Amino acid sequence: MKTTECLIVGAGPAGMRAAKRLLDAGAEVTLIDRSDMLGGQLTKQTHMFFGSEKQHASKRGIDIMQLMIDDIVNHPKLTVIKNATVVAMYKDRVVGYVIGETYHRIQANAIVVAAGASEKAIPFENNDLPGVYAAGAVQTLMNVYGVKPGHKVLMVGSGNIGLIVTYQLLQAGVEVVKLIEAADSIGGYLVHASKIKRLGVDIETNMSVKRAIGKDEVEAAEIWRLDEAWQGIEGTEEIIECDVICMAVGLAPLTELLQQMGAKIMYVRELGGNVPVIDKDHRTSIERVYACGDMAGIEEASSAMMAGEIAGLSAAVDLGYHVENYEDDVARLRHELSNLRDGPHGEKIRLGLKKLGVLS
Amino acid sequence: MRIKNHPILGFKARKTITFTFDGKTYQGLEGDTIASALHAAGVRKLSESIHRKRPRGFYCAIGNCASCNMIVNGAPNVRTCITPLEEGMDVRMQDGKGRVE
Amino acid sequence: MIEKTGVPSEAQIKSCFPEKITLKKPKAIIECYKEIPCNPCDTSCPFDAITVPEDINVRPSIDFDKCTGCGICVYNCPGLAISVMQLKDGKVSMKIPYEFTPLPSQGETVNVMNRAGEVITPGTITKVQRTDKMNKTALLHVEIPDAYLYDAITIEVKHGSE
Repeated sequence: MKTTECLIVGAGPAGMRAAKRLLDAGAEVTLIDRSDMLGGQLTKQTHMFFGSEKQHASKRGIDIMQLMIDDIVNHPKLTVIKNATVVAMYKDRVVGYVIGETYHRIQANAIVVAAGASEKAIPFENNDLPGVYAAGAVQTLMNVYGVKPGHKVLMVGSGNIGLIVTYQLLQAGVEVVKLIEAADSIGGYLVHASKIKRLGVDIETNMSVKRAIGKDEVEAAEIWRLDEAWQGIEGTEEIIECDVICMAVGLAPLTELLQQMGAKIMYVRELGGNVPVIDKDHRTSIERVYACGDMAGIEEASSAMMAGEIAGLSAAVDLGYHVENYEDDVARLRHELSNLRDGPHGEKIRLGLKKLGVLS
Repeated sequence: MRIKNHPILGFKARKTITFTFDGKTYQGLEGDTIASALHAAGVRKLSESIHRKRPRGFYCAIGNCASCNMIVNGAPNVRTCITPLEEGMDVRMQDGKGRVE
Repeated sequence: MIEKTGVPSEAQIKSCFPEKITLKKPKAIIECYKEIPCNPCDTSCPFDAITVPEDINVRPSIDFDKCTGCGICVYNCPGLAISVMQLKDGKVSMKIPYEFTPLPSQGETVNVMNRAGEVITPGTITKVQRTDKMNKTALLHVEIPDAYLYDAITIEVKHGSE
């Protein structure tokens, strides 16, 4: 069996930043990812990021990704394993992964889990038809592979992902017929909403999908108005001609691997569902196993970067490395994180982290 | 269904890759996954559900959801949304759970 | 209202503008109506005209005396929420961010849109700026009649033939 000092599961913003901190401290790191590219979901983020200079604000996600890759990729103590899906994690920090049809094992002294999240769906008739796609999938198809998801899109959900993917669809030359939102107000940043509205995409709140229409694939959607209890109101139905229904209805942390390992898990609605119980340094209930990024609670990529650094620093210290300015660095990172979470859009995450016991 | 011009991304000219889907010849581009190549060719139905035989396309496109499982070079349950397209691949629609020969 | 539709009210829009007399020179109009954690408008401004305090969730404030209307904040704002407006000879000369292809060319007549996505007037492209430093967000200079000062915000996207 292969061994490594520190294994990082997931090469997205959290995993790559954790890797950087561990490599800087002198640790030997193995970074494993399911995809054949590093960067996680940053590979498709063509928009400029928010935050401050510390999170490379105003740079595009794809460019920030490249900076993070360049930061680590040639490090002599880094091993990268791509196209590898981690399928098993055991308490003794033995990890099983599959490449193609071959099963491999690796044992690590420390593991940082930054596995990300999966996209949620909502129930409606025919929601399994081809053409009902998750928003991130649409983004991947367009921005990674250069393929349009269809010709006419109904966007469902007005969080930042729904708003941003709508804009990116327009940039790819795809018509977005309408954006609907079940809540009574727009969920994401208003600047994103204004950006698509002024280009002619109508946003309608208190609306949801009643059913998808089509035989072998989506040919139209039937939408309807919701009452205060979020129930559809008969008689308000409207048929929307579209070949794609794009679901931007939230993300759920991919906690399965940590559950399998026996880590303590807690359901925290505000963080997206089941999340590992962590302390403020991102330690899970299992010794020398850390969790960060969307898997530890759904947030923006900028926060994932900061959290990844904290997790990486904790792992380095626990592995016995002397990290210069450790106290100052962690204090600064925590300060930046709380700054990112301070506004009205951070309310949910603050509440979730309180339930988890990370924030007081 | 390919994006020709993009204000942010410069899609470079890519090599053509030939493969078959249910015996018919298709062409994708270097860098495609099986699912992206099929989608670009207008194929959105990738499989049928196990019990009710309902049409299935991809959903997540990052290997989470198994909605895009197909038979590739004889092997069932291949997640075509994250499997790189290769020259001469034999891709087939999967019916049911898939069997190990 | 903006929380439901994405369209700011007239009062909200006007609160971002200085007096008309100030607009004889070009000034940045920052339409950041809700607190978000973000400060590139502040850090990119070479004239120290825009301020976002240490708590980056606080909405930016602008000192119109210091603002030169250079447009650097326009293409640095991740929300594309800034434009530059100037009143000149009965016309509004505006600089707006633009991230679509193909870019219009200088002298071209375009459809100018309001914040609700409706075409309100034709306008003339007087200049197109797109340098490496701007990282793919172009700056379009558009001239329109001055009656549309508080209405005009972008131009209709014209996609190339496929």
